[in-house]
Amino acid sequence: MIGKVIKYNLKNINTDLIIPARYLINSDYDYLAQHCMEDLDRDFVEKVKKENYQILIAGSNFGCGSSREHAPSAIKASGITCIIAPSFARIFFRNAINIGLSIIEFPDIGKIKTGDILKIQFEEGLIKNTSTAEEFQIKKQPSFLQQIISARGLINFARKQIE
Amino acid sequence: MGLTITEKILRDHCQNKKAVAGDFIMAEIDKCLANDITAPIAIEVFEKVIEDSKAEVFDSSKIILIPDHFTPNKDVASAAQCKILRDFATRHNITNYFEVGRGGIEHCLVPELGLVKPGEVFIGADSHTCTYGALGAFSTGVGSTDLGVAMALGKCWLKIPESIKFIYSGRLNEWVSGKDLILYTIGEIGVDGATYKAMEFTGDTIKRLPMADRFTMCNMAIEAGGKSGIIEPDKITTSYLDSFKKLKDGFYCSDKDAEYDDIIDFECANIEPQIALPHSPENVKSISEVHNMKIELDQIVIGSCTNGRLVDLRNTAKILKKRKINKKLRCIIIPGTQNIYLKAIERGYIESFVNAGAIVSTPTCGPCLGGHMGVLAKGEKALSTTNRNFQGRMGHVDSEIFLSSPVVAAASAIKGYITSPEYL
Repeated sequence: MIGKVIKYNLKNINTDLIIPARYLINSDYDYLAQHCMEDLDRDFVEKVKKENYQILIAGSNFGCGSSREHAPSAIKASGITCIIAPSFARIFFRNAINIGLSIIEFPDIGKIKTGDILKIQFEEGLIKNTSTAEEFQIKKQPSFLQQIISARGLINFARKQIE
Repeated sequence: MGLTITEKILRDHCQNKKAVAGDFIMAEIDKCLANDITAPIAIEVFEKVIEDSKAEVFDSSKIILIPDHFTPNKDVASAAQCKILRDFATRHNITNYFEVGRGGIEHCLVPELGLVKPGEVFIGADSHTCTYGALGAFSTGVGSTDLGVAMALGKCWLKIPESIKFIYSGRLNEWVSGKDLILYTIGEIGVDGATYKAMEFTGDTIKRLPMADRFTMCNMAIEAGGKSGIIEPDKITTSYLDSFKKLKDGFYCSDKDAEYDDIIDFECANIEPQIALPHSPENVKSISEVHNMKIELDQIVIGSCTNGRLVDLRNTAKILKKRKINKKLRCIIIPGTQNIYLKAIERGYIESFVNAGAIVSTPTCGPCLGGHMGVLAKGEKALSTTNRNFQGRMGHVDSEIFLSSPVVAAASAIKGYITSPEYL
């Protein structure tokens, strides 16, 4: 994939910042997407649309806190297709894999900034920053998780087991 | 090389009889749980998984549905969410659906009803599902898609976690509880100090720790990023389980030569009551330091899946009895379940609370997540016995949350600022 970066250089961005609980009375993803990240950045949703950002970069322990799947789902519905962070909270991590949102653990986020265009080659385990001509190796997901990823999420993976 | 309690339980719940920490497994689950926030999505996922097949729920007695977050329904939207659970429970004959008035806060209710046992694998679409590790079960929070799939297959993918062993030794000081031990631990290792790991709590201090405090400690494993918290079952577990007349099987323990990612020792003799300051559970200070800061409060909340058990209410009542809540603040007390509520009435705790000027609510998660029943205005400060003090969690983004044990919250309710019972 190729996409433009929006970056928040902040550790421990929690699920209450990603989607505040006051909106969890509704599980419609387009509704949730309207409020995505609003307690961190009021203009997040508008920026993503206007600038066509597709890659979200953030500090370590991204998505800590609640098990609410509404968090990765709201990010996905806002137009973001891939999140890159040095580490993820574990329930957020599995929720992202399960709903088919790309997620990359990458320590050197200091080398990428808002507005950079990244070319991500998942199969080769490579990120190319086309804005700086730098290349980075990324760790491939374990083969077990690859099966869920290539089924585009856990629902399709599970349906195969039912059949 | 030996195995940890967590490796043993998970190995016994999957096909791979050689599985160890780091291996991915499809675990056979004993029970699964969801609430009014996470179940509606899980139900939608379940329907998609079984669509065009003759499949049904994997076992209607092993699915637990508890509407506890926005209940009693705070508005039309939350009523619609709860109705999805209720209708699903009726349609699929889910025996463990707990209606408002006959249930309570999920992580107080599930162990109270004997719905989780030592040695089981329990998943819940709620991050605080790690609570049940206190009984020696492997218990962890998952997402709604995980839960929807589990309701169909009775299975959940898991990576067997590496474990960190925490050894607590020494006698606890007066007014120090399991809440203080876990806040102290998170303060030491940070909110990502145990990410992806099982936190195994051991040591002579834990061996003497009552069940309610064990639940509190395991409940907050997630606040250090932990996958689970776990305590080996012992005599205290047995006597707790005796009250349900349940069989005492499934008692796993770690081998002496089990492999740990890290072993961390804490000497408890010097640990004071602990306070987590805004906006992170790792921002922890001792009460003597916070007392000197004279932090004035607008609201106190005593309850939640962390500290809404009968012992918590008993300790609160000891302090509030024949005293008055400071006129500058409001104090909200929430029994964890209907059963706890009733016992608190019988024992006179509720009367003490009302006479002191506190409000007593029906069991609900309400204020913990800023849902209802105690939302904060801009600039307000709350001291709460809940588990998370993220920015804006209890209401306005510019409000502040401090975390403590029930006795510290009760003493602070009297004084109007954060203090400890020893200063009363």
